Amino acid sequence: MIKVSTERDLRLDLFRGLALWLIFLDHIPSNAVSWITIRNYGFSDATEIFVFISGYTAAFVYGRAMQAHGFVVAAARVLKRAWQIYVAHVFLFAIYLAEIAYVANSFENPLYTEEMGMLDFMKNPDVTIMQALLLKFKPVNMDVLPLYIMLLLWFAPILWLLLRAPSAALIVSAGFYALMWRFDWNLPAYPSGTWVFNPFAWQLLFVFGAWCALGGAQRLARWINSRVTIGLAVAYLVFAFSIAMTWYFPRLGAFVPKFVGEAIYPIDQTNLDVLRILHFLSLALITIWFVPRDWPALKSRAFWPAIVCGQHSLGIFCLGVFLSFAGHFVFTEVSNRVLTHVIVSALGIVIMVAAAALISWYRVIERQGPGPRPPSSKPGYAGGEA
Amino acid sequence: MTGRLPALLAMLLVLAVPANAQISAELPADCRVAKPQIESIFSLPHVAVGIAAKKLNILVLGAGSSLLRGATGAHEAYPTRLQRALAQQLPGVEVNVATDVKPKRTAAEMVQALPAAIAAVKPNLVVWQTGTADAIQAIDPDQFSQALDRGINISRAASADVVFINPQYSPRTESMIALGTYAENMRWVAVQQEVPLFDRFSVMKLWADLGTFDLYSATKKLDMAERVHDCIGRLLADLVIEAAKPSGPHAEGGR
Repeated sequence: MIKVSTERDLRLDLFRGLALWLIFLDHIPSNAVSWITIRNYGFSDATEIFVFISGYTAAFVYGRAMQAHGFVVAAARVLKRAWQIYVAHVFLFAIYLAEIAYVANSFENPLYTEEMGMLDFMKNPDVTIMQALLLKFKPVNMDVLPLYIMLLLWFAPILWLLLRAPSAALIVSAGFYALMWRFDWNLPAYPSGTWVFNPFAWQLLFVFGAWCALGGAQRLARWINSRVTIGLAVAYLVFAFSIAMTWYFPRLGAFVPKFVGEAIYPIDQTNLDVLRILHFLSLALITIWFVPRDWPALKSRAFWPAIVCGQHSLGIFCLGVFLSFAGHFVFTEVSNRVLTHVIVSALGIVIMVAAAALISWYRVIERQGPGPRPPSSKPGYAGGEA
Repeated sequence: MTGRLPALLAMLLVLAVPANAQISAELPADCRVAKPQIESIFSLPHVAVGIAAKKLNILVLGAGSSLLRGATGAHEAYPTRLQRALAQQLPGVEVNVATDVKPKRTAAEMVQALPAAIAAVKPNLVVWQTGTADAIQAIDPDQFSQALDRGINISRAASADVVFINPQYSPRTESMIALGTYAENMRWVAVQQEVPLFDRFSVMKLWADLGTFDLYSATKKLDMAERVHDCIGRLLADLVIEAAKPSGPHAEGGR
């Protein structure tokens, strides 16, 4: 059986924390500050980072639980986690309903008759709320948590396989990805269409993250540290950057040969396009190249804010979604100047860090507390969560 | 950080004073700031033929945001203003703008209505406004793209060029309608099929950022909506004329 490493890699927390910040910035519509986020300069975005690292840490945490306490206990913990995420998602949906009800009552403009048609679903809240509870109706920017729930629901069996035959598990995952493309598998959405993040596609990145955590990264070490691979990664990032520039400067489009456009478009986010996977892998390779695992700066105060956010990803992710609603509210009700965007974005990140610090502190006092539960009832890891 | 917080809040309050949209009433040319947003690298050969033949037929295929409600609505929405602007800029050319516009239609629904409308109007150009209804109904983005492709093919088979108009910038509903995927797919189909895209979203966003129009304002009155449509109509006319120049849109250069 694979041996699960015991030391947590702080780089995971750091980059998941950064991904959470980027997701928050991207989720505020028309946020001027979101120009700094990676999705504007290539094919992939922070979602890839979040899903990959979540897979990595899930394998790390539940892999050890599975080895120590067996399949049933680990599977129960995974399902408990999925339930927590479901509850968090429903909580965010309640906030979304409050926001939309406010807009429905307070805003009217003949220019936007068509757009206000989206409020029609409020006419039959019974259906809408039921569909939301079934994870079929998902408001804007609330697609990541349902994806996460689905990824966890099928994680226990895949983890079982990963611990025995990691390569076989990865092949099963890639097989699902291929079948998804072949047969257009996806889950249905309400009122029409399918899930924005297709779980059959995105599981590949999650399982790949888990595979890396369980020894896969060491097996790839020769490739990861090869100059040729790094060169290819850099070349691919430059290519993606050049293509991204044509989205903002249509005139540059004239320099893109027709066959290139035909080959790459559309770059499918729903089904996790191969171009997006490659872009994420290139970014990851270059990051690993520059940031070694034992880099002393990882323990410095400068990186602490991002690391602490990454260590409490579920709470901070939900807070980020709420803050992006709130940020958009400030833009519409108070001011929409660029300076406001900067202040709201910075303040949002400060709140996320403060909340993460609070959760950390709360965990510490909970463990010290006189409660009947011994601290060993927690999954055995320091400071972080799956 | 905490020491600066009161100062930041004070600045926020100063910034909260709403932009004065009244100024633009006297200066309709203000909306031309968006000129760079509508440059296109693709040409409109069938429109050029129509202009040369002194008869230009245009079909506007669209949904709710190609309409303005009320008694004067049909007159004052951008298709009418497009006709006016084109007639002004193309003296001697008979410009007809017909519309096939109904609220809440998805791209696929519009494609179904397209052959009949083309047969009736015989257009040199189909101006196709779409995307919002698809985003609201969360239509499968692939199906949306395929519908766009079909519409282009139908139009071209009938010797008509196509210009896309993407969704409006609607700041109040932005966090509720996921336009992103649909706007991207439209842009990609436009590039692949070499169709000029009238980037209404960016144009309106620029107006909102510069304070040309206060797109946040809650009102029942039509005046701002009419001015927005007027600007869209005139900018659209500029795009059509520019892209139909025989030597292609690069002839003017620089702009």
